Amino acid sequence: MFLRLTDQPSLGRVLVRTLIAVAYLVIFAPVAMIVVTSFFAQEIISFPPPALSLQWYANAWDKPEFLRGLTTSLEIALLAAAIGVPIGTAAALAIVRGEFPGRGALSSFLLAPLAVPGVVAGSGLYMLYVMAEDFFDRDIKATTEGLVAAHTLLAIPWTVRLVVASLQGLDRRAEEAAANLGANPFTVFRRITLPMMRPGIVAAAMFSFIQSFENLDLSMLLVGPGRITLPVAMLNYLEFRIDPTLAAVATVQITLVGILMVVTDRFVKLSRVV
Amino acid sequence: MSSLAIEKLSKRFGASVAVDELDLSVREGELVALLGPSGCGKTTTLRMVAGFLPPSSGRVLFDKEDVTRLPAYKRATGMVFQSYALFPHMSAADNVGFGLEMRGLGATERRKQVEEALRLVRLSHLAERLPRQLSGGQQQRVALARALVVNPRIFLLDEPLSNLDAKLRAEVRLEIRSLQQRLGLTTLMVTHDREEALTMADRLVVMESGRVRQIGTPRELYDAPKDAFVADFVGRCNILAGRRESEIQFRTDSGLLLPVDSAVEECKDATAFALRPERITLQAGGADGIQGRLKAVTYMGAQTEYVVAVGAEALVVVQSTPQVDEPLAALKPDDMVSLHWDRKAPRLVPQALPRV
Repeated sequence: MFLRLTDQPSLGRVLVRTLIAVAYLVIFAPVAMIVVTSFFAQEIISFPPPALSLQWYANAWDKPEFLRGLTTSLEIALLAAAIGVPIGTAAALAIVRGEFPGRGALSSFLLAPLAVPGVVAGSGLYMLYVMAEDFFDRDIKATTEGLVAAHTLLAIPWTVRLVVASLQGLDRRAEEAAANLGANPFTVFRRITLPMMRPGIVAAAMFSFIQSFENLDLSMLLVGPGRITLPVAMLNYLEFRIDPTLAAVATVQITLVGILMVVTDRFVKLSRVV
Repeated sequence: MSSLAIEKLSKRFGASVAVDELDLSVREGELVALLGPSGCGKTTTLRMVAGFLPPSSGRVLFDKEDVTRLPAYKRATGMVFQSYALFPHMSAADNVGFGLEMRGLGATERRKQVEEALRLVRLSHLAERLPRQLSGGQQQRVALARALVVNPRIFLLDEPLSNLDAKLRAEVRLEIRSLQQRLGLTTLMVTHDREEALTMADRLVVMESGRVRQIGTPRELYDAPKDAFVADFVGRCNILAGRRESEIQFRTDSGLLLPVDSAVEECKDATAFALRPERITLQAGGADGIQGRLKAVTYMGAQTEYVVAVGAEALVVVQSTPQVDEPLAALKPDDMVSLHWDRKAPRLVPQALPRV
């Protein structure tokens, strides 16, 4: 059989494509495994599965800790994003637009939580909360407020990072054009700057939500009876049993995050912002 | 429309001086172009007139009114930006209507004026498009309409054509110029493109290092530049260093004697001979005139460019491309040629005008 030389992919191209395929496989294989096993009928995971079923989803639904964990996580993630995004946006504006000494330091300070391991930050917050409880004479650990405050610390650095990037890419001539047309500084901000920052802010809100929603390490020490987030509830379950129930819960979690990303992408092209 | 006056305007950034005591006036309905290399202070000047940049000293006046301390949004200038600076989240019509809205016009009146402005730039059919759905030329016209619809006191153009391709540039140039004349817009334009400046401006201001080198009509600057910098900046020019030898001769530093006219304004400190390439006539062979050897021939369509070595100097000559049967058409490098020019054509100028 004849093959023209040009039809033969070069060794380099084959290698690059193989590497890309392997990279995707490594990223998606665990996720795919979880989704697939959630439908296996059997408790001990084995291939091929004897049968498929939805029993683990029913099982998860029957366990109150998961449903309560889900609502707790949703509530905290929404509140943390709602508080953290405005704070982070204001900080990003100050960092990019402000003219004061220490802007660089402020930026590093606000991004620092990204560099601190969650368990370390969680332990620190735990100790801080214990002292604060003493001082204020009220509960802070294991309360919604305590968890929201902790998760706000996740939202702020993400927001600062994304909004700073979108502000730096913003064409300031458009603001000048608006001023030139008679818009005072406040109007320029409201009608031109803010709408142009929108993609960054929307992306920041989404990432803040996801960061909070799937956070385990920071939350572990801060949860308490009645205030257990979904990831912590899953870890607790894992300590006693291992069966595809967890895979079912994880699949629900993955689906929710996936839907959120798809919906966000409809409004803001994420690939352009992040 | 107002007239514009700039008085002793300066802008310093730390130790460096971007604009140095600039004086300039633009009459009502006149288009004045600031021309100069990048960093000459032309854009800084425009931004001070628009109010985006506070001057270090000096005044900006619209008619007789001092606007130096007025913020940009109260100046009522209309500016077209180099990058167009359209509002990316608003349709073409909303972009154009923005200034009217800021002036408190009602929606009905606004719509009417927006339609009219878009018709003026022939974009009525694209009114609902977002900027990113428009081509560069169309965005440019939206920016024009947006600046014009508010009846600005002063019209400001910042390198308005530099983002367009060559063919479109010639078209938009004419379009802007005819709009400007028809509407009688007092216009200050910034450009580094001499062709743009020569073809559009009533008067040109050649700037360098924050200072004015020369102000005049395009013709004055082209034909009678005051120094070698201006001569070179407003068009191609053969500039040879040397000094006047006699009433009718100029001696270059390399020892060449060139014919000039005694009527050429006596300029005591003239150190350069400036002659436009198209003012030289080229002949094949020939015994009279300046003898030279052809170094290169470049065919450019309507015109042909010749580089001729004369002694140690090289002169550029531009002629209308000869017909194929003319002797000039057969010229090739290393052929002997002779050069002629009207004695009144060369200018004797200083290399650079001393600071006044």
